Amino acid sequence: MTERDDPLWEVFVRSRRGLSHNHVGSLHAADAEMALQNARDVFTRRMEGVSIWVVPSAAITASSPEERDPFFEPAADKPYRHPTFYDIPKEVKQL
Amino acid sequence: MDGAALEREFKALIEADSRIEPRDWMPDEYRKTLVRQISQHAHSEIIGMQPEGNWITRAPSLRRKAILMAKVQDEAGHGLYLYCAAETLGVERAELIDLLNAGKQKYSSIFNYPTLTWADVGAIGWLVDGAAITNQIPLTRCSYGPYARAMVRVCKEESFHQRQGFELLYALSRGTPEQHAMAQDAVDRWWWPSVMMFGPPDGESVHTEQSMAWRIKRFSNDELRQRFVDMTVPQAEMLGLTLPDPQIRWNEDRGHYDFGECDWDELRRVIAGDGPCNRQRLAHHVQAHEEGAWVREAAAAHARKHAATASAAA
Ligand SMILES: [Fe+2]
Ligand SMILES: [Fe+2]
Repeated sequence: MTERDDPLWEVFVRSRRGLSHNHVGSLHAADAEMALQNARDVFTRRMEGVSIWVVPSAAITASSPEERDPFFEPAADKPYRHPTFYDIPKEVKQL
Repeated sequence: MDGAALEREFKALIEADSRIEPRDWMPDEYRKTLVRQISQHAHSEIIGMQPEGNWITRAPSLRRKAILMAKVQDEAGHGLYLYCAAETLGVERAELIDLLNAGKQKYSSIFNYPTLTWADVGAIGWLVDGAAITNQIPLTRCSYGPYARAMVRVCKEESFHQRQGFELLYALSRGTPEQHAMAQDAVDRWWWPSVMMFGPPDGESVHTEQSMAWRIKRFSNDELRQRFVDMTVPQAEMLGLTLPDPQIRWNEDRGHYDFGECDWDELRRVIAGDGPCNRQRLAHHVQAHEEGAWVREAAAAHARKHAATASAAA
């Protein structure tokens, strides 16, 4: 972002107690306090949340989509991490 | 990955009806099409606040005033969701607003019509938001993730917009003869511009084919227009109001309502800048933007000062 606009913030909302915060979108605001107030007005006009996080977009480090395959590849050849990998006699219950 | 492999992967995602996300590779034209469509959509939400905002101070009851304020505030929110979706494509909101203010980007031509009476607020909610919903529901499955997600939020909020408009007209239609006439007059003026909101007929629509191939668009202009007419005709009967098109008639064979031809010259004129309110809408937007500059500057100055004190204290 250039100086032409306020910095961008990513907004995360906890929709109700017991659930984690989910990313809902982003918005511009001069500072964190204003970002919180704007987030309340933009994303929770209908009681969609009980708690909001705002994070400067510039503070987020993301994995690169181009490197997706090599990056996530280590998980691909380990089916034994999933319960369905194992052959268990049908008669065995509650396992 | 080389260019050809990236393009293959993009195509495979589209074929699989998956979503393209901001940092994925995408063809330049796909990006440009989305920037054009999403920013035009954002501008429409923002400019769309004006015709209804015109009636907030004159709403006939506190109930109607609170409803109208909530609706107009929602439209501001829709604009913000959409500007942020556009920004994921590498453009800046400030730049898009400059383009709008310079007349270099468009907004929906519907908002260039005036709101002459209170009944227009009802006609806009029922017809204009009704047409917008018809357009926006398939966009929740658009191939570009951030746009699709913005549309999910928008569609959830739109349904109250349409219902409050219907309710408003329903009350007027069953009120005094003068109120009924006012409701009918509003519907007479807003019907055709609403039918034209779906854009030119399929044969003349320049972007449709490519947009459908990219699954940005799911249905053609004429398909969506038919859907809107089919939904609206029975509702007009419930309202006890007539739609100003003598050719509307149920077609048993097609399983759809037949309807008349829009005045496409009028649509072209309004898009080209010659509608009843084009100049006024844009001038008002520019004025609001300029008059708000000191607020933005003050907020930025406050943030800088605060950051400086915080780092001095640390
Ligand atoms: Fe909207
Ligand atoms: Fe709306």
